[in-house]
Amino acid sequence: MTMKSNTRQIDGVTIVDISGRITLGEGSIILRDTVRDLISKGNKKILLNLGDVNYIDSSGIGELVSAFTTVRNQGGELKLLNLTKKVHDLLQITKLYTVFDVKDDETSAVKSFTR
Amino acid sequence: MVSDELGRVPDGVGWRISLQLQDREKPVAMSQRRVSFTLDSTLETVNNAEATASNMASEAGFGEDDIMKIAMAVREAAINAVLHGNAYDPRKKVWLEFERTGRDLVITIKDQGKGIDLNAIPDPLAPENLLKTSGRGIFLIRSFMDEVQINPSAAGTEIKLIKHVHGSAAGGKEVSQ
Repeated sequence: MTMKSNTRQIDGVTIVDISGRITLGEGSIILRDTVRDLISKGNKKILLNLGDVNYIDSSGIGELVSAFTTVRNQGGELKLLNLTKKVHDLLQITKLYTVFDVKDDETSAVKSFTR
Repeated sequence: MVSDELGRVPDGVGWRISLQLQDREKPVAMSQRRVSFTLDSTLETVNNAEATASNMASEAGFGEDDIMKIAMAVREAAINAVLHGNAYDPRKKVWLEFERTGRDLVITIKDQGKGIDLNAIPDPLAPENLLKTSGRGIFLIRSFMDEVQINPSAAGTEIKLIKHVHGSAAGGKEVSQ
């Protein structure tokens, strides 16, 4: 299953609902283009909903890191929402779980962004 | 991935197969057999290597968690071979072999690149490397397999991934060469 993403806005936060695989090739490229597009439009509060992401490889991990640093360097915030067990475990063993701001409830996640 | 009794995969899947089965039976159905593939340096190879590894691990009797780990390790090794080793060069091939021994599933992946410099791979868990966007592939491979042997040479890099069939808590020990 290839990756799909859909964006929506809640209280000034852009939620990107991602499903499928974030892997080398199409998945990583879609994520990169989506985040760049949001930043170019001035949307710098980004919540990546990974609830339907069932697989991610080292390229996908790299793309998440890239998205995180890109948004931060633009003065924005990027947070992760609803990690599946596989993605959670991967972020744990790569020690990235503490780097990312990981949320498990959308409403409180939206409220957590700097106003 | 579906294969026939000779290990051939249907046309259109994109595999270039060199049949090197030790016998002429269905690959990796039981013990003591070997199947290998010669593959193009493409993204499709990465995806197919992962899918085939998943099937091989399943047929070898591994549980769901181990199947995922094996498939992911093979995907990462295939990424290294296609991207970093062969650099998508259409003249260079990736060689992939699955061998089922009495107690192990042994997967060997070889490329035709310049040979990886193991000393040049930074520790992806070091604080200064955590925000790097690459360099986690071999770390993940070591995390997911019981034994990993990496043999670089000027003719390319060979990586051997070993998972014990009856399980091990060893978790990614590097085997000295």
